Amino acid sequence: MFETVIGLEVHVQLNTKTKLFCSCPTSFAEHQNINTCPTCLALPGALPVVNREAVIKAMRFGYAVNATVNHISNFDRKSYFYPDSPSAYQITQLYRAVVQNGELFIDLDNGTKKRIGITQAHLEADAGKNIHDGDISKVDLNRAGTPLMEIVSEPDMRSASEAVAYLKKLHSTVRYLDISDANMQEGSFRCDVNVSIRPKGQKEFGTRVEIKNINSFKFVASAINYEVQRQIEAYEDGIYKDEVIQETRLWDTDRGVTKSMRGKEEAADYRYFPDPDLRPLVVTDEMIEEAKKMPELPDAKVKRYIEELKIKRVDALIICSDKELAQFFEEMLSRGASAKTSVNWLTTELLGRLNKSGYSIIDSPVSGKKLGELVSKIDSGAINGKGAKDILDVLMEEDRDIDELIESMGLAQISDDRAILEIIDNILSKNQDKVEEYRGGKVKLIGFFVGQVMKASRGSANPQKVNQLLRERLK
Amino acid sequence: MITLKEALRKSREELDRLRLEIEEKARESNLNAYIDFSKSGDGVPILIKDNIQVKDWTITSGSKILQGYIAPYNATVIENLKANGLSPFGRANMDEFAMGSTTESSYYGVTKNPYGEDRVAGGSSGGSASAVAGGIAICALGSDTGGSIRQPASYCGCVGMKPTYGRVSRYGLASYASSLDQIGPITQNVEDSAILYDIISSYDPKDSTSSNLELIPTAKNLNPDRKLKIAVIDNYIREASSDVQNTYKIAIEALKSEGHTIIHKEMTNTKYDIASYYIIATAEATTNLARYDGIRYGSRVEGDNLQETYLNSRNQFGDEVKRRILLGNFVLSSGFYDAYYLKAQKVRHIIRDEFNKIFKEADLILSPVAPTVAPKIGSFKDPLEMYKSDMFTISINLAGLPAISLPISRDSEGMPIGLQLIGNLFSEQTLFDGAMSLERAVNYI
Ligand SMILES: [Zn+2]
Repeated sequence: MFETVIGLEVHVQLNTKTKLFCSCPTSFAEHQNINTCPTCLALPGALPVVNREAVIKAMRFGYAVNATVNHISNFDRKSYFYPDSPSAYQITQLYRAVVQNGELFIDLDNGTKKRIGITQAHLEADAGKNIHDGDISKVDLNRAGTPLMEIVSEPDMRSASEAVAYLKKLHSTVRYLDISDANMQEGSFRCDVNVSIRPKGQKEFGTRVEIKNINSFKFVASAINYEVQRQIEAYEDGIYKDEVIQETRLWDTDRGVTKSMRGKEEAADYRYFPDPDLRPLVVTDEMIEEAKKMPELPDAKVKRYIEELKIKRVDALIICSDKELAQFFEEMLSRGASAKTSVNWLTTELLGRLNKSGYSIIDSPVSGKKLGELVSKIDSGAINGKGAKDILDVLMEEDRDIDELIESMGLAQISDDRAILEIIDNILSKNQDKVEEYRGGKVKLIGFFVGQVMKASRGSANPQKVNQLLRERLK
Repeated sequence: MITLKEALRKSREELDRLRLEIEEKARESNLNAYIDFSKSGDGVPILIKDNIQVKDWTITSGSKILQGYIAPYNATVIENLKANGLSPFGRANMDEFAMGSTTESSYYGVTKNPYGEDRVAGGSSGGSASAVAGGIAICALGSDTGGSIRQPASYCGCVGMKPTYGRVSRYGLASYASSLDQIGPITQNVEDSAILYDIISSYDPKDSTSSNLELIPTAKNLNPDRKLKIAVIDNYIREASSDVQNTYKIAIEALKSEGHTIIHKEMTNTKYDIASYYIIATAEATTNLARYDGIRYGSRVEGDNLQETYLNSRNQFGDEVKRRILLGNFVLSSGFYDAYYLKAQKVRHIIRDEFNKIFKEADLILSPVAPTVAPKIGSFKDPLEMYKSDMFTISINLAGLPAISLPISRDSEGMPIGLQLIGNLFSEQTLFDGAMSLERAVNYI
């Protein structure tokens, strides 16, 4: 039996207004090389100045994961030649990062939590992009110098699902903190995976293999599973030493395999040393105060939902995993909808419809307030569930007034005792034989009577009310 | 040539005439001090070292690899000049990327010494010093990483000043060694030095190493009558030539005659300064120069693939630059970092501490600038020999201190010999006061 050991390095692009070391905007540019200046082009004589906003965002992350936020940290130069790196060195933090020794808790399927250590989170500048166009390659430096925060975990994960759970938790944390768009497809949340195996019980780690180029949670799991299998097979075949070497492999999405990039990066000696253009980064009291201003984070929210709103743990975890979903849910509550009904109408009815029509919660045609209003009508018994579903279908197509819809669609629910009793008495008198049978002990006939009453009311009677009044009349 | 102080009083018309005169004279000169006569604005003309960015000028750091590069922005010092009625006028020759002590490593050929055309003007700011001493510039800007302002000033018989690290913005100075580089004035006399220093020094948010300590103008507060305590480093002077030693004695007598108190001190052997300097400077330089790859600007030499293009383009560097890039990469490479770079940083701290100790007792330190007068062109056969000639200047850069080199006497062949006064951090006023007093007492002609 083998144990899998996984550590993750995640690059999060911070959503600052300007780049890490110059005042160029980080926003989308119409053309290549527009968002550039002497500093991010590495022209002679240009110098870097640290972006305060980026530092605060990194610090905020540090506080969110119970880390040490160093009051003094340093920037270092990491040397390598590549056309998209204008200065031929990256400014990063090797020797003393701004954030060290943090932790993140993941929720396991069995309902327990597991602690994953965060070794450090450091600031560094992103590279530009090379665009290969036939025989020539072009360089676009719009992205060069964009702030990245690299979050390095401890090798604390033991399976692909734990790794994915950690990634999702990290993802939702940075989204909650509003420090990154964290879009995996667009590359603002990038992940490198370190995987090794060892026989169960062995203390020493096996040979660590790094997998790069993974751009979805699903592929993270596939890549880890493939790589673990590859390493186990090599071990069992007695060729572990030759097959599993410390190297970087690329995930090939099309073929579902990891491929060696042997020879490419192995000889790299990055010749790190402190960047003499930047004095040590000193964190001020104002910066600490600013960084500590943070929203309610997923763990606290889940706890509050369970304890105060009495929501089931699984539901709370689903809603809180996504900042927008939780926001939507809280908007529903703000319209007086009950938490219990809201959970179902959000996670089943709305998300089902959004999924079917290819929307996400962010661009939902029905707002949280609108859905909350609808749900509060169900809560009060003004409409029944079926009627509400019909209304939701309409709202998905166009934004209409709910009261108007109830009226025009004839969905107002009859909860008035007298009106329902009138229908009941009418049905009972038409079915005297069945009434006798019921009273003789055939109680299953209650379903028949309810069906008849609902039919007669064209579905507008409140089913609970119908049930209750029928039983009283049939005594 | 008129002084900066005089030039600042001239009318616009007089300045227009002056610029024409200077250009005419400089074009006739054999010194090879000017690379070209680029102009920007119409104030008092100031010669600019070829590594300080002036918008729309070709700025090349004396290198082949930057041929054709046009700077798209002004260095902060250039903005400061312009804001004070001065105008950048002409590019001064220099050692390639400020690496050298003779201007012999310049792509534009060696600059000659106005006191003997078979002699070097020194370096790396050789063009700046030669032009000022040769009467073809009112004053000039240079940059000093290990003596590159003070040494050529000493060789050429003019005044060269290196400010406290952080006093003058490095924004727009093509970096050689970021933690040591500092722009400074090269002038005909101490007063002009203070005037130009006041103009170029400023706190600059664009330079993270810039100091925001309050700046008090020095020129209008100059006081050569202040009585100071001046330390002499006895073990240093023994390493200098007999001509320099004699000059040292002249200066000490002059300082005494001015009423200053001389105290005697010793410092660690200069060989440690040289070793740690060449480790730190080359480590920083190797990364600072990595950007010159011919991809985005400058001169590209195409190859069959990217690797070859890199190699061909970077092969345009001269030998001295290549040597320092190799050295810098070596000291930073994995397995050597602790033994070289870290150790050099420790030595740097020790040097700082030694200066601190002396400045507890003394206001200024008197020291040689170079161990000899300007050598003959081509006489440095071995680079190590050239590195050694920096022994009196580099510790000042390692400690970040301000220092000023001024001419004291001449040797039997008429070659100038300068000495330097070294001040404590941010004590430029004391430095200029002491230098003005020494200048008055020695009355160098
Ligand atoms: Zn920029």
